[in-house]
Amino acid sequence: MEHIELFFKSIFIDNMVFATFLGMCSYLAVSKKVSTAVGLGAAVIFVLAITVPLNWLLDQYILQPGALAWLGEEFVAYDLSFLSFIMFIATIATMVQLVEIVVEKFSPALYNSLGIFLPLIAVNCAILGGSLFMQSREIPTLGLALNYGVASGIGWFLAILAIAAIREKIRYSNVPPALRGLGITFIITGLMAIGFMSFGGMLTGGDDEGKTETTTEMVEEPVDNKALDTKEITEKELANNTKVEE
Amino acid sequence: MGLLSKKDTKLISDPLADNNPITIQVLGICSALAITAELEASIVMSVSVLFVLGVGNVVISLMRNIIPSKIRIIVQLVVVATLVIIVDLVLKAFAYELSKTLSVFVGLIITNCIIMGRFEAFALGNGPWRSFLDGIGNAAGYGVILIIVGFFRELLGSGTLLGMKVLGDPIEKSGLYAIGYENNGFMLLSPMALIVVGIIIWVQRNKNKALIED
Repeated sequence: MEHIELFFKSIFIDNMVFATFLGMCSYLAVSKKVSTAVGLGAAVIFVLAITVPLNWLLDQYILQPGALAWLGEEFVAYDLSFLSFIMFIATIATMVQLVEIVVEKFSPALYNSLGIFLPLIAVNCAILGGSLFMQSREIPTLGLALNYGVASGIGWFLAILAIAAIREKIRYSNVPPALRGLGITFIITGLMAIGFMSFGGMLTGGDDEGKTETTTEMVEEPVDNKALDTKEITEKELANNTKVEE
Repeated sequence: MGLLSKKDTKLISDPLADNNPITIQVLGICSALAITAELEASIVMSVSVLFVLGVGNVVISLMRNIIPSKIRIIVQLVVVATLVIIVDLVLKAFAYELSKTLSVFVGLIITNCIIMGRFEAFALGNGPWRSFLDGIGNAAGYGVILIIVGFFRELLGSGTLLGMKVLGDPIEKSGLYAIGYENNGFMLLSPMALIVVGIIIWVQRNKNKALIED
């Protein structure tokens, strides 16, 4: 139950792009085409799934106050939490490099589709943000940390996929010249973020009114996302059902 | 302008308007949006970035000839991370409440694209003094946008500026509230930051047609 709740919460309610604006730079820069957006999104899920649990272990066994207790009595008083920024970013940079080498060696096909995005990801705020939020929200177990990493990655993936689809369509619309490109993307993202806020009541057992609101909003999304939309809806129903059972 | 040549002045003034890191180069949006619901937080964030980028640019510029190009990203990350830890500890010591509001976003200065972007694009190829000016200029350009967004969101959202009630008291119905003005709580929600930045971009590009994308 805990797992399901965290999973859906990280995808929809605390969506990295729409609720905390993480990874906006690459979100805006790489969302011109759906195909590249999918590549980057997949790479983000992949890297988050590796770095968040790894940084959880680091945090739990090295950085937290008293975390060094496993080394012996005299280490209990140490508090290395001020080092967490540098440790996290070093882990992320190293892991990204390592993953790149391994993927290149064992799966050239995957490397061709993911490879060019991996170096970009080392300095993506979403990745470091995932680890920092994991730390500040005090996620209790390794399993939940893995869950959190994967789910936030999926949330980011959905966001970049949706904006890329909209940007492909918007080329045929008559946008005021000064808003073209960056300006309109910002405003669309803002509107999508307002849409995503309607997921807020999902886990607290929102009322019927909220439910109809979210379904209409999904219908308005571009056709490209239809497959995903249905998936979203079933996932949402699933969450609601489990809530009822509880 | 005895100290600064014309070219040096341009390094500072360009990023403030026509080459603004946020509205034109699209760098550093991540941390810019989340903390702008209050003016005070925006100002502190701008000052932190000013410090990190100014000092970081000088450090990288001094080391630019001894950094092997293959591991430069890691070296840059270590320099930024060290500076950010300093900022974080100073904030925790002297402004604990504020550092709680900024939460993880101080840490996220590390991955702020402005910083890596300026290191890569400028500090690796220029001397320390010019890199310093470039850093200050870009951080100021970032700060200007943050402060504009923070100003409007706090003024319209909660009717205060830096915590002072500039529009009167909503509970006692004094000042503007006496004639039926209401705070627009919507401005405090995160999506509005995006829309406010969108509007700033709109206004800026309308004034300077050369910036319009097609």
